[in-house]
Amino acid sequence: MRTIGTTLRALSGAALLSLMACGGGDTAPSYTPPAPETPVATANEAATPHVALFTEADLKLGDIDPAMKEKGKTTYDVKCQACHSTGENRIVGPGWKGLTTKRKPEWIMNMIVHTDAMLETDAEAQKMLEECLVRMPNQNLSHDEAREVLEFMRTL
Amino acid sequence: MKHSIRTTSLFHFAALGALLVLNTLQGCRPTTTQAVVQGDAASKVYVRPGAYDEFYNFVSGGFSGQMSVYGIPSGRLLRHIPVFSQDPQSGWGYSEETKPMLTTTHGFIPWDDSHHPELSQTNGIPDGKWCFINGNNTPRIALVDLGTFRTKSIIEIPNCAGNHSSPFTTGNSEYVVAGTRFSIPMGADAERDVPIESYRENFKGTVSFIHPEPESGKLSIAFQIITPGMDFDLSHAGKGPSEGWFFFSCYNSEQAYSLMEVNASQRDKDFIMAVNWKKAEQYAKEGKGRKVPVEYYSNWWNEETHSGESTIMKEVLQLDPRELKDIVYFMPCPKSPHGCDVDPTGQYIVGSGKLAALIPVFQFSKIQEAIAKNDVEGDFAGIPVLKYQSVIKGEVKKPGLGPLHTEFDDKGFAYTSFFVSSEIVKWSLETLEPVDRVPTYYSIGHLCVPGGDSKKPWGKYVIAYNKITKDRYLPTGPELAQSAQLFSIDGDKMELLLDFPTIGEPHYAQALPAELVKPREVKFFDINKNKHPYLAKGEKETRIERKGKEVHIWMTTIRSHFTPDNVEGVKLGDEVYFHVTNLEQDWDVPHGFAVKGGATAELLIMPGETQTLKWVPDQIGVVPFYCTDFCSALHQEMQGYLRVSPAGSSVELKAETRSVDAGS
Repeated sequence: MRTIGTTLRALSGAALLSLMACGGGDTAPSYTPPAPETPVATANEAATPHVALFTEADLKLGDIDPAMKEKGKTTYDVKCQACHSTGENRIVGPGWKGLTTKRKPEWIMNMIVHTDAMLETDAEAQKMLEECLVRMPNQNLSHDEAREVLEFMRTL
Repeated sequence: MKHSIRTTSLFHFAALGALLVLNTLQGCRPTTTQAVVQGDAASKVYVRPGAYDEFYNFVSGGFSGQMSVYGIPSGRLLRHIPVFSQDPQSGWGYSEETKPMLTTTHGFIPWDDSHHPELSQTNGIPDGKWCFINGNNTPRIALVDLGTFRTKSIIEIPNCAGNHSSPFTTGNSEYVVAGTRFSIPMGADAERDVPIESYRENFKGTVSFIHPEPESGKLSIAFQIITPGMDFDLSHAGKGPSEGWFFFSCYNSEQAYSLMEVNASQRDKDFIMAVNWKKAEQYAKEGKGRKVPVEYYSNWWNEETHSGESTIMKEVLQLDPRELKDIVYFMPCPKSPHGCDVDPTGQYIVGSGKLAALIPVFQFSKIQEAIAKNDVEGDFAGIPVLKYQSVIKGEVKKPGLGPLHTEFDDKGFAYTSFFVSSEIVKWSLETLEPVDRVPTYYSIGHLCVPGGDSKKPWGKYVIAYNKITKDRYLPTGPELAQSAQLFSIDGDKMELLLDFPTIGEPHYAQALPAELVKPREVKFFDINKNKHPYLAKGEKETRIERKGKEVHIWMTTIRSHFTPDNVEGVKLGDEVYFHVTNLEQDWDVPHGFAVKGGATAELLIMPGETQTLKWVPDQIGVVPFYCTDFCSALHQEMQGYLRVSPAGSSVELKAETRSVDAGS
């Protein structure tokens, strides 16, 4: 690259200038920023997909299934336990003891699987957020995993 | 301008060049730098808040050693990906897991000079899977995964010095190449310890063909072609009819080794080196090469253990074209060629003699005819040199001053950057006549058309990467950001739309439609697939363990607390390893980890990942640690204490988080 320097110095500046392009037109430098074509999206609109919430009809609760309960406990230890105790006290979120007697199973399933949608639309979920102040994480449980966690929760 | 802008004489030259450009512009008033922007430019680059850009643009970080990612047409910076240099923001090169990635035969190397991003290709078209980039100083090639936007592999290149003509890809990314800029003496210690003035006798060049393993992205050197001593500059693979060939620009056919700017500029012509890589590959497979003892590192990021792994390689397969006579040919090319670019049809190879006042266009079919007829003008160090007039389609006459690089659109036009006359010139591949030119501000180096070195350019924009910024932005003292400029090329005339500053010196850059990358995005790591040896899969697996002077802490994070957050029993003289697992399983919820007096950096741990910070206490007392990445409304509460006692103290080793619900 240093070779260019030599050549450049060897050429006269005037010769170079005559080779340079002047470029561009003479249009006046003005423009009006265009109006957005569509309303500006908010972060929440962008982040919240439309979801089909669980309904009462989706959940058939029978006797406790021990195998499901065990799987639910395993998932709980990895993905839930950091914030939810199995007692009554709140760590970050509410303790789970007796929770299935206070909340409908479809509400619990929706909080686990459709966390963002619930926090944006459900009055009870919003009330919890006001109390806890930490937005419940979506821990990306599959429907089956959530159902197993619910089974574990029913034993508490 | 490439790599050496920081040398004194060159800086004078660069400053002179910029001044000349400025003077010229003033001489052409009333056309000012602002006036060349047309009235509707803003609407063409405006991407409304919340909307996405049309293209990803991967830009070399130059002497930052990294790679940055911009959205086009907005010019918004999306990411700065750590590659060859330590990055305190992410802990790259500081965390225990990432250190192997920057390890070489020279030990741990925390910096490099990255020049040329190159997107992986399928059928000659960028596929959005990987982006390669070269480390110029301590010769290395990196592979960045475009699912995670992280560096997945780094391989050191043996028998290489100044890894510049790299890492360009073949049409299905069978190989990326690494050509040495500096020729050097090779072999055993006594063969390497030779007088510099024995260059002609003892110095050799190499071009290496590196194979990325399609599934894992692991890099290995398939074979290395040994060449006469000279400087390799840039390269590109053939495509279509020229598929199976690779073309490298070379300068210093004078074989000079001192005062290169004069002594390497003596001859009228240097070379484009044509390599029949399919043939070379065949010879390699037939065992016609020679296995040469060397040592180099191949480093690979294991996404299951979230850790780098280094493998030390002990030999490389070399092919000698003086023996294997039909794999390498030289084609004369005027005046120290720089860019070496192949058009989308694969018929034409454009050599840019950076000191030449013309651009030769080589024609692949004529190269084949010349080889078949042995139409040579002689040999260079035992390698045949084809006759210039026999292999060119023609020359672009007087296009501008200092041609450097050429990219292509999808309508039969080429776009060449001119450093000295500071402009982009559009010319026709059919007629070899210039059809349009625009000034750049100032002193353009590389340029980029999305897909512009592939079979399928998306010819909507050309982006100039300029070496000199001067007065383009609000001044920031002696050191300025460098500057990219976006031009539309979908009409007959190129039109300046936007300036945007860049990180480090942007050399080459590549771009491709966002749709080819977006579907690959990884949003978080599945914690159930985490195989880190110090994983804490849930708070129940957190613990503390002493191994002699080493104290290991298995720690977890979730909004918004650490477990454990109270640690006691650490003593002066200990080395503490915080192994932090982020239990979150959602997008965009990293947690940071920093500890007072930490001599390295923070950790930034992605959801489902485990990363380790080594910390050596040097003072007695209670030391705080905290989360550095604002994670929730209670982020400020995400903190903990670690007690440091004197050496020999009997304080019991323990780590805990005091539960509100001790009964559970």
